[in-house]
Amino acid sequence: MDSFYEWFKILYDDTGINLPFLYDSYDRGRMFDGFLMTIKLSVLCLVFSVIIGAVGAWLQNSPFKWTRRFVNGYIQIFRNTPPLVQMYFFYFAIGALLPKIDNGYGGEMPILGGFAWAVISLSFFAGAFNVEIFRSGIEAVPKSTVEAAEALGFSRLQIYKDITLPLAFRVMLPALNNNLVNLVKTTTLAYAIAVPEMLYEANQIWSDNVNVTEMMIFMLLAYFLLVGILVWGMNRWERSMKIPGYG
Amino acid sequence: MKSADHKAEYQSNFQGGQKVAYQTDMPVMMTPSPKAGPSFRFSLKPWHGFVIAMACIISSGIAYAVTDKAEASIFEVLVRWMPLLLEGFVFNLVISVCAMGIGTFVGAGLGLGQISLNPLLRKFSWAITQFFRNSPWLVLLFFSMFLLPFEFKVGDMTIPLPDWVKAIIGLSLPVMANVSEIVRGAVQSLPSGQWEAAESLAYTRRQTLWLVILPQCVKRMLPPWMNLYAILTMATVLASIVGVSEVMTLTGQALAAEGGRTDLLAPFYSFILLLFFVYCYPISRWTVHLEKKFAVIN
Repeated sequence: MDSFYEWFKILYDDTGINLPFLYDSYDRGRMFDGFLMTIKLSVLCLVFSVIIGAVGAWLQNSPFKWTRRFVNGYIQIFRNTPPLVQMYFFYFAIGALLPKIDNGYGGEMPILGGFAWAVISLSFFAGAFNVEIFRSGIEAVPKSTVEAAEALGFSRLQIYKDITLPLAFRVMLPALNNNLVNLVKTTTLAYAIAVPEMLYEANQIWSDNVNVTEMMIFMLLAYFLLVGILVWGMNRWERSMKIPGYG
Repeated sequence: MKSADHKAEYQSNFQGGQKVAYQTDMPVMMTPSPKAGPSFRFSLKPWHGFVIAMACIISSGIAYAVTDKAEASIFEVLVRWMPLLLEGFVFNLVISVCAMGIGTFVGAGLGLGQISLNPLLRKFSWAITQFFRNSPWLVLLFFSMFLLPFEFKVGDMTIPLPDWVKAIIGLSLPVMANVSEIVRGAVQSLPSGQWEAAESLAYTRRQTLWLVILPQCVKRMLPPWMNLYAILTMATVLASIVGVSEVMTLTGQALAAEGGRTDLLAPFYSFILLLFFVYCYPISRWTVHLEKKFAVIN
């Protein structure tokens, strides 16, 4: 492995193509941490946004008018405003209103850091899309199935959890995957509030090594590969989850 | 060749396939109809817009209540900076319109390339589309910001390339790829009977495409295209990260000029949210309206 890394050092000396995240162990660590951070951010946001989507879709069918209105308002606001401004709003505006805690060194630090706010704002952003995806999936489940469940004495929550969602899930999987891919791409916004994800680390490396071109091309390829692998895996999953003879 | 035959063709396509099983009285699952698309029930009332406006005002109020009364009130500060912020927002819109124009033009060509008969052109267009569609917007923006020269020479003439032009180019790359997919999707969503009918009437491929297929595609492409425009408009704030002086950058500067008062943050940012909502919400409503209007009823 070391000779593999050394080869890039030689490449740099010979051709001037500088890829320090391969031959320099410090930069390699930074890049890898950035990659892990992107994955962590994506997974956490995915989990929370799916939860928001499921709960939101359930509340949307609620018998109370104001609950439905609240959910609709949430969806419209988060869909029609830029995710970056949402993130700034959460991080700077709401973050500034929250109390500060002692950081153990005598100083003060905000209760929630950049990473937490990035997860919160991205989850709400992706969640707004998920609510609609869940709703359209739920609408595809025929009324007669729900009525049959009601006749068997299922409660509203039980019907939703055990009957509607499992059926709806397969219908909405393609749309969910689409949203997931968008989410992974949107995690780059966390760069703006200094969350050390992949783009941020790349920026650090190109600031230190003045190799913007190489890092930029590497970034494009890295995200392309990451998203490409994701899309490939999701397509396979979609095919295996397909309801036979449907769609 | 238009609607009536189209419908019949569509149904006969289903007769041959497995869909016929779902025309029974007791469907296992309903087929999702275009009418029940993602944003069907969201014909919203204008009061939703007031929610953000209220958030803006309430947050100012709360912040005002906890601040020193000697300073200028938050509302006054906001009003004072409003002309500048609106100017910045108009700049955002200019960027979005230009990027959309370039992206649509190039993307339409790329989309037609994707359905070309020449396998080489098809593969090439497909690869370009996938590449730019799967890359994050911010990375593409960085890419064009840092790698394009700040000026280039044609003969004796030096053409400057200011950062906002580079931002337009950077934003038009993902738009291009998305438009390409919209075009390809729309063309492929038309029933194959349209192509066959045109062929039987001795249309050439070019004639079929321009006289039969594309005119029918326009209304299928319009809603997703408008959706893309709304997404692009919201993405223009990304240009603030790379230093273009649009509304977000100006907000930061205005906040700095006011001495970094934390109580100003919430009102200012919610004002930006409000600006974008006011612009994007009518677009999304109109998109929903068009989707319903153009929905193909099977």
